Amino acid sequence: MVEFFHAVAHHGFLQYALLAGLLSSIACGIAGTYVVTRRISYIAGGISHCVLAGMGAARYCETVHGWTWFSPLYGATASALAAALIIGMVSLKAKQREDTVIGALWAIGMAVGVLFIARTPGYNEDLMAYLFGNILMVSGNDLLLILALDVLIVAAGAIWYDQFQAVCFDEEYARLRGVPVELFYLLLLGLVALTVVLLVTVVGIVLVIAMLTLPAAIAGHFARTLRGMMALATLLCALFTVLGLSLSYAPNLPAGATIIVVAGMAYLATAGLCAPGIRAWFAARFRGK
Amino acid sequence: MSAVVFDNVSFAYEGVPALSAVNLRIDDGDFVSVIGPNGGGKTTLLKLILGLLQPQQGTIRVLERTPAQARSQVGYVPQFFQFDTSFPVRVLDVVLMGRLHRIPFAGRYRADDRKAAESALRDVELAGLASSPFAALSGGQRQRVLIARAMVSEPRLLLLDEPTANIDPAVQNELFRLLDELSRRLTIMMVTHDIGFVSSAIRRVVCVNRTVVVHPTSELTGGAIADLYRSDVRMVRHDHRCAEHGHEVRHG
Repeated sequence: MVEFFHAVAHHGFLQYALLAGLLSSIACGIAGTYVVTRRISYIAGGISHCVLAGMGAARYCETVHGWTWFSPLYGATASALAAALIIGMVSLKAKQREDTVIGALWAIGMAVGVLFIARTPGYNEDLMAYLFGNILMVSGNDLLLILALDVLIVAAGAIWYDQFQAVCFDEEYARLRGVPVELFYLLLLGLVALTVVLLVTVVGIVLVIAMLTLPAAIAGHFARTLRGMMALATLLCALFTVLGLSLSYAPNLPAGATIIVVAGMAYLATAGLCAPGIRAWFAARFRGK
Repeated sequence: MSAVVFDNVSFAYEGVPALSAVNLRIDDGDFVSVIGPNGGGKTTLLKLILGLLQPQQGTIRVLERTPAQARSQVGYVPQFFQFDTSFPVRVLDVVLMGRLHRIPFAGRYRADDRKAAESALRDVELAGLASSPFAALSGGQRQRVLIARAMVSEPRLLLLDEPTANIDPAVQNELFRLLDELSRRLTIMMVTHDIGFVSSAIRRVVCVNRTVVVHPTSELTGGAIADLYRSDVRMVRHDHRCAEHGHEVRHG
């Protein structure tokens, strides 16, 4: 771990990685809080897996057709927003079979991505990077896109804080008070989609859902307001990212997977400590002494 | 003037009739209790008044307008146990949701919204709990918060869906005292599952079981209740006042 912090001072790519992780933590805290409180982690999972279609298509166009401006992250942004819109419409209109449709889109998105990548000449290590993240490959351009998305997410979260809170807490009441709840639901999914794009660079498509849920779920045990939950989730997300990155560096482990294992263990520990039985046991012990 | 008028209204959930050929008139300033068996259509009646459901037949007027147009002047208190108890939200934030119709599309609550929410909390005697987590409150306190949320939108008609469910009798009496006081200012329609809790301030009882029959409280007899629930029901005696409206009973 010490070795990692020495290396950060000398290697630009590590500084980029650290910056990407910290910047995406902000979006992660905001969107993750909504995913957890509105209980839409399955929808978030669907959106994140559809991102592979966009990344694969962009990579294909980049290499085969020479569209050098069309980097996989742009493809990811486009496909995440499209998936959010489609899944959002499905969940608003087709109440009965919502999970089936999301499951189908989830699989189709993955399959389309795999087909594009198979048709792209060259090494196939891209696929592994998309699926499990490769934070050490973040470029200056990627960092700019991450920063722009972060600004968008923070602005949306600040402007519509009251409306999002109402829609997540009591959608029916918000509708009765004249709030366009369907529109805000789609905006919320858009926010989640952009966050998915940020997190894909850090931990990859498959592991995104853990970053969207674990820090916010831990924060939920302690927070009294949505705002507080977002701030705490952001801090936790940053902590897990830095910890995971530094732990993975010396033994040359995959950074994304290490970050998720750290987050998962923290979640299990908190869930255990906050379980009613264990809380009571602690309370009894401390009273005894 | 009428607060609510149903003219030959029918509603069915995917072909299963919930209410058929309902005629109903609630006068401005009335305090009515809506009773009836589970699945009899009480909540459907409220949702039709709120415009959350559209009738397949007949017309509904609320405060002399369509339900959707009247919404901003209708306060609604839903059943409190439908809420996620782990949702991180403070009492004041919940009350502020009653002011959502006043904030612009891309805007926040303002200082006067906060003042109104604080004053509504004082009215339900919960001013000290403004920054407590909503989840930490007792059932009776949550119900008061939801009433404050409804009152902060300055409604002319207040609808309550089983405000006394899961609340112990002492707290129920406090709640009724609050509603009695509010009934001097606005029209109240309250769904109650338990007919024993029909308060003395209630002037008329709307009995809902597929059809709707309205009784002045002075007329409510064991026979009418037994007809409605199709079984023997223990009556609880109240000191009824005579309804000033006399009979407006339409037997279906």
